[in-house]
Amino acid sequence: MNFFKKESTKDANYISAKESRAISKENKRITDEIEKKRKRKNIPEEEYVTKMKNSNNVVEFDNVHTYFFTDIGTVKSVDGVSFDVPQGKTVGIVGESGCGKSVTSLSLMQLVQRPQGQTVKGEIRFNTGEQAINVVNAPMETMQKLRGNYMSMIFQEPMTSLNPVFRIGSQVDEVIALHNPQMSKEEVKNRTIEMLELVGIANCEGVYKMYPHELSGGMRQRICIAMGLACNPRLIIADEPTTALDVTIQAQILDLLRGLKDKINSSIMLITHDLGVIAEMADYVVVMYAGRVVEQGTVQEIFKTPKHPYTIGLMASKPVVGKDVDRLYSIPGKVPNPVNMPDYCYFRDRCEMCVEACKGKYPGQTSLSPTHVVNCYLYAEGAGSNEKNEMKEGQ
Amino acid sequence: MNTASKETAYEPLKYNEDNVKNDSKDDVILEVSHLKKYFPIKGGVFSKTAGQVKAVDDVSFSIKKGTTMGLVGESGCGKSTTGRTLLRLIDKTDGEVRFGGTDIYALSKKEMRALRPKMQIIFQDPYSSLSPRLPVGEIIGEAVREHKLVPKNELDDYITKIMASCGLQSYHKDRYPHEFSGGQRQRICIARALALNPEFIVCDEPVSALDVSIQAQIINLLKDLQEEFGLTYLFISHDLSVVEHISDTVGVMYLGSIVETGATEDIFANPLHPYTKALFSAIPIPDPDTKGNRIILEGSIPSPANPPAGCKFHTRCKDCMEICKTQEPVSKDMGNGHVVKCHLYD
Repeated sequence: MNFFKKESTKDANYISAKESRAISKENKRITDEIEKKRKRKNIPEEEYVTKMKNSNNVVEFDNVHTYFFTDIGTVKSVDGVSFDVPQGKTVGIVGESGCGKSVTSLSLMQLVQRPQGQTVKGEIRFNTGEQAINVVNAPMETMQKLRGNYMSMIFQEPMTSLNPVFRIGSQVDEVIALHNPQMSKEEVKNRTIEMLELVGIANCEGVYKMYPHELSGGMRQRICIAMGLACNPRLIIADEPTTALDVTIQAQILDLLRGLKDKINSSIMLITHDLGVIAEMADYVVVMYAGRVVEQGTVQEIFKTPKHPYTIGLMASKPVVGKDVDRLYSIPGKVPNPVNMPDYCYFRDRCEMCVEACKGKYPGQTSLSPTHVVNCYLYAEGAGSNEKNEMKEGQ
Repeated sequence: MNTASKETAYEPLKYNEDNVKNDSKDDVILEVSHLKKYFPIKGGVFSKTAGQVKAVDDVSFSIKKGTTMGLVGESGCGKSTTGRTLLRLIDKTDGEVRFGGTDIYALSKKEMRALRPKMQIIFQDPYSSLSPRLPVGEIIGEAVREHKLVPKNELDDYITKIMASCGLQSYHKDRYPHEFSGGQRQRICIARALALNPEFIVCDEPVSALDVSIQAQIINLLKDLQEEFGLTYLFISHDLSVVEHISDTVGVMYLGSIVETGATEDIFANPLHPYTKALFSAIPIPDPDTKGNRIILEGSIPSPANPPAGCKFHTRCKDCMEICKTQEPVSKDMGNGHVVKCHLYD
């Protein structure tokens, strides 16, 4: 009796073993082709040296698509993301888990799990100061020079991102020695201790000889930051740097990051789901939903006049100290299945402000100010009054 | 069990009235006085006790029926240990816990078992607190059957009803926890606790592992259930904004002791203890205009195995005085039940 019941409620995403085999065969063909292209020797410079649209930007994401070719279908983790990170500014990226914030940053570092994860389309231009490099096509050797020297990453979990069997000193030394082969051992050690001092570790000589397990979470995150900053990168990618930490330690770390950013004049790409952290740190905010950017603008624009229903919902669902609400707003429904995304606005099924135009294709960008851009039919010109035109525009 | 909203058909069938003497004149459901929990540190050849971790050190508070008490503090300050000691999941070292007038540590094993359905807990991590080998219906119904709360032939309907009140569909009953998302799993955990018809639930960081939008759903659910069933919560969290939203009273813990308690409005509007002030100023506020004026606490929380002498907070306190280093402050009532433990208010 229960058997039939079960069948009828089984989700439509079920695929048979035969289909799965066909998918994985096709995936292998696609990824092999990309990998083959990537593994060529002596890739000519023209393929990856490009020009920045604006030389004041450190990074320009231009219509980036990063897909994961899995056995149940292609997961479009990042599906046409475009935004810029200006020199010396902090860009915050917010969104729920699984919306592609982390994959965006991993695409920039070329750390996406290969061969199943591939950046299949678009350009990520990185400005090293002398030249602009399209990270997507850059060969391994070029990437190795970029990582650490020009851009570095601070990961979410300080507990797991340090190697438990090496001393703190040798782990930080490694970064410095690798990127500065001309330095002597003594110089490397001095630089490490200088870095530990910079991130506010009091007993740096002692910590140099310690193992990660001897340090608290906040201290470990400082070590990770020290490793990230060891080569004065132009861009720091902080992937949820304080999510695993207490509020008081979070305040310390954010304070530290802000201070260091000014000291070495670098940009920060801050990925978090905590709107409070974004409001405090960021100059520009990018709101992501289901692999796409739904709204971007300056921090003032996003927090004072949020436009996209998702952004509004996200703000309303977080309790704020000193603001008394009887009931928190919760966004109804859930994120669409990443394997078969609908062809209309991804947020339509959860949106409470739908207009007639929402039945059309995925909405295009609408500029509300030079910096504030939103992907929603509500703000497209003539919204609500002339729906038919709307639909055409969307197409 | 005095809540009128519960339907009589689902009242527990077998319940020993003598174990819980509900004082109808007193609406305090839980009273904790001078609770202590020390964990021994074993060392040496014969595993001698080398020292003690004072995880909970002289904690007293009380919770009124139908209200929520928030317990906040940094990790390692003893919030979760307090929650577990209250339920007698781990034994106390000293002190007293009175639930509905009964000292729970004076009860025999059998009596305690009869009382357990009245006090439940929701754990932090919905990914590891559900058995991966049991279908959801069994997870929720197991304890109900064990305590014989409903007749066998009604059990299925009862589980469906409980699941519906937590926003789960009846066909979820045959599924396994891995088929659910984090928010759904937390709903299962809540349903499991709720199925036993409890009066008091310890919520040990129930929303910390969830996304913002899912957090809102779970918080709303907890609030709805409280209204519907007249539940009492002890809400343990390090997220102060969530605590402010859900709690009626708040206790701030530091290194095993409660440094400040009082009504939520009083504490958030007028924090007195320097630690509370620093803690509250560290909350990031989603408003780009209110940057700055933050009290940054230097260093980290001292080891609870070797807490500092005098006031435990004096090593990180901005307003530290000579007396703080030697003498431990006592609790003082600053009016309206706002109690603070600090020499500044002597």
